[in-house]
Amino acid sequence: MIEVNRQGEVWVFAEQHNGRLEETPLELMSKARHLADTLGVKLAAALLGDRAKNLAQTLIRYGADKVYLVEHPLLGHYQTNSYAKVLFDLIHKHKPQIVLYGATIVGRDLAPRIASATKAGLTADCTDLQIGDHTTVKDGKLHDNLLFQIRPAFGGNIIATIINLDRWPQMATVREGVMPMPDPDASRKGQIITETVKVEQKDLPLQILEEHKRPKKVDLKAARIIVAGGAGVGSRDNFKLIWDLANCLGAAPAATRAAVDLGFIDHDHQVGQTGTTVRPSLYVAVGISGAIQHQAGMSQSAKIVAVNSDPEAPIFDIAHYKIVGDLNQVVPMMIKAVKEKSIKD
Amino acid sequence: MDYNCVVLIKQVPDTKRITGQVMNDDGTVKRSALPAVFNPEDLNALELALEIKDKYGARITTVTMGLPAASDVLREALFRGADDAVLITDPRCAASDTLATSYILSCAFKRLDYDIVLCGRQAIDGDTAQVGPQLAEKLGVTQITYVEQLIDLGAGTITARRNIGNGFQRVKASLPVLLTVVGDANEPRVAAARKMMKFKKARTPIEIFAQMRAENPIADENKMRKLADKRAAQLDEKGLLIKQWDLDCLDADLNWCGQGGSPTKVHRIQSVVLTAKESKSIEPTAEGLADMIHELIADKTIA
Repeated sequence: MIEVNRQGEVWVFAEQHNGRLEETPLELMSKARHLADTLGVKLAAALLGDRAKNLAQTLIRYGADKVYLVEHPLLGHYQTNSYAKVLFDLIHKHKPQIVLYGATIVGRDLAPRIASATKAGLTADCTDLQIGDHTTVKDGKLHDNLLFQIRPAFGGNIIATIINLDRWPQMATVREGVMPMPDPDASRKGQIITETVKVEQKDLPLQILEEHKRPKKVDLKAARIIVAGGAGVGSRDNFKLIWDLANCLGAAPAATRAAVDLGFIDHDHQVGQTGTTVRPSLYVAVGISGAIQHQAGMSQSAKIVAVNSDPEAPIFDIAHYKIVGDLNQVVPMMIKAVKEKSIKD
Repeated sequence: MDYNCVVLIKQVPDTKRITGQVMNDDGTVKRSALPAVFNPEDLNALELALEIKDKYGARITTVTMGLPAASDVLREALFRGADDAVLITDPRCAASDTLATSYILSCAFKRLDYDIVLCGRQAIDGDTAQVGPQLAEKLGVTQITYVEQLIDLGAGTITARRNIGNGFQRVKASLPVLLTVVGDANEPRVAAARKMMKFKKARTPIEIFAQMRAENPIADENKMRKLADKRAAQLDEKGLLIKQWDLDCLDADLNWCGQGGSPTKVHRIQSVVLTAKESKSIEPTAEGLADMIHELIADKTIA
């Protein structure tokens, strides 16, 4: 735990694997940059790895003023213990006021370890971060310029804003895909600070016997148009309607958790609280009732078209184009309409 | 030798069934109006412990922290095959965040033998996935998160398969370890009828006292206590007493418990009301759909 430290920097944990930076910490950079500017402090990235130096410049292009670089052969592969030890030491030494992590598999494994070791607060899976003031009810005391850690709770039914009044650093993990990726600026200049740390074999209690990663079957985050199907589509066979509509629109096919659980399509295609968060130009929701957990992953879409036979379906509350009807009739008609239009134009 | 497995479970409001009626006007959640359930991934953690018990031999202790009513999930765990149950309950635990919760649990572990600690990956009320790793840090044990399969156990080591999103990792570590278990790991078994018959009578001291008080509404407090202690001892002999620990009995430092021990505070709660700014209804006809497509092409939504 560190004391309230107004001069402290804003930090982002720069998760990397095999010399490639994860997308989520990069997405975080523009928001972190904004927070640092609001507070009038520097934005720094904490970069750990084996021969990771070439990534430091990338982080500067994405907005960092400083990069704390820790290189060690034993940091080549992420392990909870070794990374937690090194990051804890860095935090202890430099006393940042804010530390942010991507809510990735690694971020959610590491951040609570750091929170426990520093005895500081941590808010998981934030969807927004702001700087704001808080007055404590008990004594009417004003605490200014706190990190507002904003996140859905209770299965997405409420939005909570969490703060840390005293035990700092203020820490949060941030959901993948909720913040738009900033454009890198090659003209940006920054400082690379090399830190030397002691890492020993005993800091690696895990033997990684095998690791297998496969590329995602679809990149929903990058898709301009998404056609998503829900449980209402009825079957894996009938899900062909979703693929067909997606094909003719040049869209990525997606699904709700219910449709994935029913085996209609692979989990890689899942949009929502436990899937991917997307913000396409157009989101076509077919046979999707619109559970709050699903809405959490797609409500930022610029245009939403909803097709559902139930006029009371919650998806219609957020849809720009509401089509009440049988999807088995509507989707083929929509495909036909798209094909005719593209021929005419 | 049997492995000592401790499974951490939580009773949670069923967030999937939240409707308008269970929200207060200020957008906070009326917890009392929500059905309380066994946190789903904690059932997977329990199932993994039961697999260990079946295959290698284990003694399974389930632990929960919560209101007195959380004894329901402990009984549920006993129905499914747990050997022992502990309820940590104390009004001073109220409003604990994940850090305070992990501190209180770490105090309880001083009184428990453990080789393998198992938790669900996360609870559906907060979805934080923090208490497991925080407890591992406090206990100084190796954590293996997102476990989807136990591969081997032997010679003081565990080998497990972790789900790392778009792939997997096979890892090995020396005991003791703390595992967080994902929902895909297994299919939790249902309660066994024989165990249900036996453990439906399992009670915590609070429940015993409440029951005796209901039976003897006017009896003297001290006399009631003595009678309740006696009945607790009888249940204990039959293996039907659910242990109940408070913060005094855990020798916990109150500065790290409850609201005061929690660094995170709630600034504001808002209910989620998402509405489209402009919306229009489209007739489900060839003409209606053609018009809509035309509009989407005209405003360059569709290239």
